[in-house]
Amino acid sequence: MQGSALYNLAFAAVICVVCAIFVSSSAVSLRDREAANRMLDMQGNVLMVAGLAAPDERVSAEDVTERFRPIRQVVIDLATGEPTDIEPDTFNQRLAEADPSSSNVAPPNDAGLTRIGHQALVYELRAPDESLELVVLPVRGLGLWGFLYGFIALDADLGTIRGLSFYEHKETPGLGGEVDNQRWRGLWDGRKAFDASGTPEIAVARGVAGSVSEDPHRVDALAGATMTSRGVTNLLRFWLGEQGFGPYFNRLRERTIR
Amino acid sequence: MTKARDALIDPIFNNNPIALQVLGICSALAVTTKMEPALVMSAAVIGVTMSSNFFVSALRNQIPTNIRIIVQLTIIASLVIVVDQILKAYLFEISKQLSVFVGLIITNCIIMGRAEAYAMQNPPVMSLVDGIGNGLGYGAILMGTAFFRELFGSGSVYGMQVFALATEGGWYIPNGLMVLSPGAFFLIGFFIWALRAWKPGQVESER
Repeated sequence: MQGSALYNLAFAAVICVVCAIFVSSSAVSLRDREAANRMLDMQGNVLMVAGLAAPDERVSAEDVTERFRPIRQVVIDLATGEPTDIEPDTFNQRLAEADPSSSNVAPPNDAGLTRIGHQALVYELRAPDESLELVVLPVRGLGLWGFLYGFIALDADLGTIRGLSFYEHKETPGLGGEVDNQRWRGLWDGRKAFDASGTPEIAVARGVAGSVSEDPHRVDALAGATMTSRGVTNLLRFWLGEQGFGPYFNRLRERTIR
Repeated sequence: MTKARDALIDPIFNNNPIALQVLGICSALAVTTKMEPALVMSAAVIGVTMSSNFFVSALRNQIPTNIRIIVQLTIIASLVIVVDQILKAYLFEISKQLSVFVGLIITNCIIMGRAEAYAMQNPPVMSLVDGIGNGLGYGAILMGTAFFRELFGSGSVYGMQVFALATEGGWYIPNGLMVLSPGAFFLIGFFIWALRAWKPGQVESER
């Protein structure tokens, strides 16, 4: 019987079914834990760009709620910049962006985005007197192998970058993957996001950028990772622009003037 | 019992998969900048190679010869996916550092080599022991490499600072070569040299 084509087929089928059951049952049973880890990792990233956690710190699940106390999470309407009454805890950015009822086809853009959600979850760091200290905004866009998901922190002047961090990406380890490099991430602190007319001007540029005062709009490119560097520039310019968080910036500015 | 002991101990010094057979180099270069991820990677490989050896051996009389490689690969791939999921669920930070290299265990020649060369001819328990032995051999080189790379590249041992770094006001200027993959190449070269100087039987005869 062994060696007949039928036996081979049957054996292959059985092996495939058994392995499939094994893999999928472990996937299902570990899914919740993994999702919780991802969530914690994302929140840790928010704290890190906001300067509330050290760059290499692993924030524990028990700690996160406490650290988030000065942060107000707001789901905003991207088109108007106004806050909505959606509960931040129930809002899932990824699902909202994929669901046709809560997203639009993206306008032509360089960031590789196909759909834009109607809403976005932003994090406002408030001083005890309620004045704005920092905003942390979610950004995403295409790198070389896939989407980079991260956060950018802007100072209360809405022009000075305080931090940039990606919590999920598929870039090549050692090349584009160096977006995770702490030294590189440190280069962003203090750079200016916009030019005098308010258009996003920040760029990841080839070569070595000067200090913050000489080269306020440029950050060193990642060596050997042209596509990733370009992707970071494009996604930042999109999200900081009129089609991204522009209306939200306008609303925040109006509020401070009043 | 001596046979089982040999199967376990032999691959560490006498028949090391990395040093003698020069298999599994790719991940040995990639995950050895720090000891912690190297340890987790070694554990993952030991887990995969012992269970793949066990299952392949248990099925060895049923596996049709002409599709045996793909059957072995299916078993190995399933095990690796599960190991990857376990790491993501319980050791998320480290699994992020190891990134693609956990998935690449599938293509690690040590695992398939042992399945094909040993597990297909030997009973399950012995194959399991052989799998652990080869995983340990791989892990030993990995940990040795990671020890020197972390010590000279970052001035620490298993995350604990032993040399005060110049960037933090100390005296030690980290060796950049050790942080990059070529550093591991040199180290593994030295290991192979040392091992063959100690056991000249491992030197290939000159043609």
